Amino acid sequence: MINKLRTSLKNLFRPKSQVPVVDAADPELSVDTKELDKKTTPVDTKKVGYSSPHITVGYGLSAGKQRNHNEDAFFTLTTMFSYNETELPFGLYMIADGMGGHKNGEVASELAIRTIAGTILTEIYTPLMGLDPQPSELSFREIFHNGIEQANAEIITKSYGGGTTITAVLVIGDQMTIAHVGDSRVYSIEPNGSMDALTRDHSLVKRLQELGQITPEEAAVHPQRNVLYRALGQGEPFEPEIISTKRPERGSLLVCSDGLWNIVGKEGMESIMKSGVSPQDICDRLIDTANDAGGPDNISAILVEFS
Amino acid sequence: MKEDIISWKPKTSGRIDLETRKITQNLDKRSKTLEYLQPGTKLEGRYKILSTVGRGGMGAVYRAQDLRFKVEKTVAVKEMINQATDPEIQKTIVEGFEREANILATVSHPSIPTIYDYFTLGTRSYLVMEFIEGDNLEIKLQQRRAAFNEDEVIGWAIALCDVMDYLHTHEPEPIIFRDIKPANVMITRRNQVRLVDFGIAKTFQTGSKGTMIGTEGYSPPEQYRGEASPAVDIYALGATLHHLLTNQDPRTEPPFTFDERPIRDANPHISVALENIVNTALMYNPPDRFESAAVMRKALIALAQQTGMLEEEISVAQATQFFQDQSHSPVWTFSCEDEIRGTANYHEGVLYIGSYDHNMYALEADNGNFIWKYAANGGIVSRPAIDDNKLYFGSTDQYVHAISCRGGKKVWVQSTEGAIYSSPTIAEGHLFIGSDDEKLHVLNILAGREAWSVNLGSRVRSSPIVAADSVFVGSENGEIQCYDFSGNIRWRTSAKRAVTATPHYYDGVIYITSLDGVLYAIDAKSGWVIWRFRMESGSISTPTTNENHIYVGSTDNRFYCVNIKSANKVWSFDTDNQINSSPVFYKGAIYFCNVDGIVYSLHAGSGRLRWKYQTEGSITGSPIIVDDIIYVGATDNKVYALPT
Repeated sequence: MINKLRTSLKNLFRPKSQVPVVDAADPELSVDTKELDKKTTPVDTKKVGYSSPHITVGYGLSAGKQRNHNEDAFFTLTTMFSYNETELPFGLYMIADGMGGHKNGEVASELAIRTIAGTILTEIYTPLMGLDPQPSELSFREIFHNGIEQANAEIITKSYGGGTTITAVLVIGDQMTIAHVGDSRVYSIEPNGSMDALTRDHSLVKRLQELGQITPEEAAVHPQRNVLYRALGQGEPFEPEIISTKRPERGSLLVCSDGLWNIVGKEGMESIMKSGVSPQDICDRLIDTANDAGGPDNISAILVEFS
Repeated sequence: MKEDIISWKPKTSGRIDLETRKITQNLDKRSKTLEYLQPGTKLEGRYKILSTVGRGGMGAVYRAQDLRFKVEKTVAVKEMINQATDPEIQKTIVEGFEREANILATVSHPSIPTIYDYFTLGTRSYLVMEFIEGDNLEIKLQQRRAAFNEDEVIGWAIALCDVMDYLHTHEPEPIIFRDIKPANVMITRRNQVRLVDFGIAKTFQTGSKGTMIGTEGYSPPEQYRGEASPAVDIYALGATLHHLLTNQDPRTEPPFTFDERPIRDANPHISVALENIVNTALMYNPPDRFESAAVMRKALIALAQQTGMLEEEISVAQATQFFQDQSHSPVWTFSCEDEIRGTANYHEGVLYIGSYDHNMYALEADNGNFIWKYAANGGIVSRPAIDDNKLYFGSTDQYVHAISCRGGKKVWVQSTEGAIYSSPTIAEGHLFIGSDDEKLHVLNILAGREAWSVNLGSRVRSSPIVAADSVFVGSENGEIQCYDFSGNIRWRTSAKRAVTATPHYYDGVIYITSLDGVLYAIDAKSGWVIWRFRMESGSISTPTTNENHIYVGSTDNRFYCVNIKSANKVWSFDTDNQINSSPVFYKGAIYFCNVDGIVYSLHAGSGRLRWKYQTEGSITGSPIIVDDIIYVGATDNKVYALPT
């Protein structure tokens, strides 16, 4: 960090270097540079942002102990692009928890991941890496929205009766955008292991509980406790929840299906977070713990650590 | 027939209960393609199918001719195909169908279609009913693509209350419709209301727990517990009216969030009185709603009979007048010799503001007493920057001026090749400013020497800002650009029209408006657009943020508060003219001005008006606030100091 700071200071108002202008598309663009006035003392150093993040990812998936097939699907991609004093991390992490009899659940979750990952990579990643990195006409939010709509249409045609949750995190630079439908979750985890859910479950019982209509005890045995009010592939109009915020500077993100959070619970997960040695180790232990508790549902987890 | 409309999710944890299983089976069966009746088909030798008017997951509704009459008598034939394999479910479906037939047979009301016949053929059951020419409200809403107006909705609401009152007071048992929603309300060619689809209506026994059924988005919380009472229909009517008045589909919103989406935010033309009626119907707790459909109808009729919402308007105006007289007389005013279009700055008890009369004025902030003025050779329309007891600003005379705060004496001037409308920013010992010579200039603040400049390809009226080791600025060709401190471009992003506003940096994101009518959130690092929020017309207002909210004005006359994470509108406030000024957040309130010369103060949380003050000119600059005093200049040549 100190070294980074020094470099940054040294580079303040240095004469234009040989480093080519990133956007070479405009030949009209002229850049004049004059020698820095000797009396200038550039000092304000507190603005030097955190960059050069290291992203370490762990993941795991288990059918659980009471089911013979796995309807969860997940996707991870982490890249780091460092150029011209810019460090641009790119990450895409997604979990889909499928539902529906026969093969419908598996097909729905796979279709959701394929369609949305395909959209993000085509609309964002490829243009970002190109020679002339022209941002898309559409915003991250709109691209996610389109991907989810497409996935929904695919599921309705190809897996009628199937449905799926989708929870996706897109990390670019210091920002992240989370797209969410259903009851899979994203947690933000402080370096000390304390967790905070960034998503709101689209579950009927959860909503009734929020309104004080039923108690947590009633919720646990509620006949509709498995009912989602939003899911992909169900034919009813729905609006995905898409939020953009700063990614954790230090700390982690956990993306997981309810087979994990519902079984291990927040406290259980927090204690594993504190004692784990690496993201992969933590994921393995999270899934083992869910299975030890009976493993009633499919379990999937992705842990993304920023350091 | 009503199907289960909610998504579902069976699990192996614990027992799978019947509810979940039922839903599963219905959905599985739906995957088979249904065979609909072809035109020409005759049922019972009596009903000749003419066309299909609607299709659902469990059957269809047809237009048919009753051949027993010599004249052409058109009827509606509603078909239900029982696809269930489980005998228990088959039975449930048949029971639902018979319930609908039996309820329709025992009721008689102008808003309920008449039933003529019902019969079952194999797995298919049929209801023969009065044919209704018209469209349901869901279709009408889709065609219209906008909210309905108050008068139309009140008329339908009164009719719906009337039929609900009829059903709820039905003898021997009250009938609860349980599924009031726009799709179940038909409007005939003659604008009469017809309630259709009694598939899940049920007779009511107090305290009875029935199957949870109803359309998600319109159903009240207690319906999810299986309770069916008249209050369920009152809530669903409220939800339906909310949808009609806002054009916001409750099925795309989290359940029971009507209170988070006030009607008048979406549709300011609706009266407070109607909003209150709908809100009462939508209370979470049944006892807080209207006691009965009859009471709700009474409230609607009283509203319809009123000569308008005039009283409400007058009282707001009176309140404003009161505030204006009592607390919003200016602390002081000061007159320049020409219009003020720029924004003031403040430093150690002194207010600095430029005017079209070419002068930069220094005034005592406490009382408006004149201290000094400095004459440029052109108008000053921007906001001066202050650093180390010196004042820096640009003028339409093409120069950047640096003068001393104490006496207004020149320290240096540096020329550009175009008029300057951009305000300077000072950072890292340098001054950053745009000019009509199409360049972003970077000057050393001690001597005014140019460190570097960069040509942006069109006039730069946006003011540059410095954040996160970068310089951000907009230009009149619609670009937003980011440079490092050596003048190397980091990224550029294009809006569709000019970017005159100043970028606002908050937590790694650049927020900026454009004349293309969009508020952009752009990742400061990569230049990629995170989200876009569309206003109805262009904006040159610079947004400000507070916690999760961003505030900005627009030439669509509206002031917006938007959630920065979700890009959803939190509230908006309508004025009568363009808002070009940039807002200021101060102690829980938002302050801005419009070109009618009105200074507005709103509650930042709710967007409700706290007070407004009418100046005698137009205001294009922005207010600044120091120690509970707002300072703003207007085209009536005056500087106003107002209490917050």
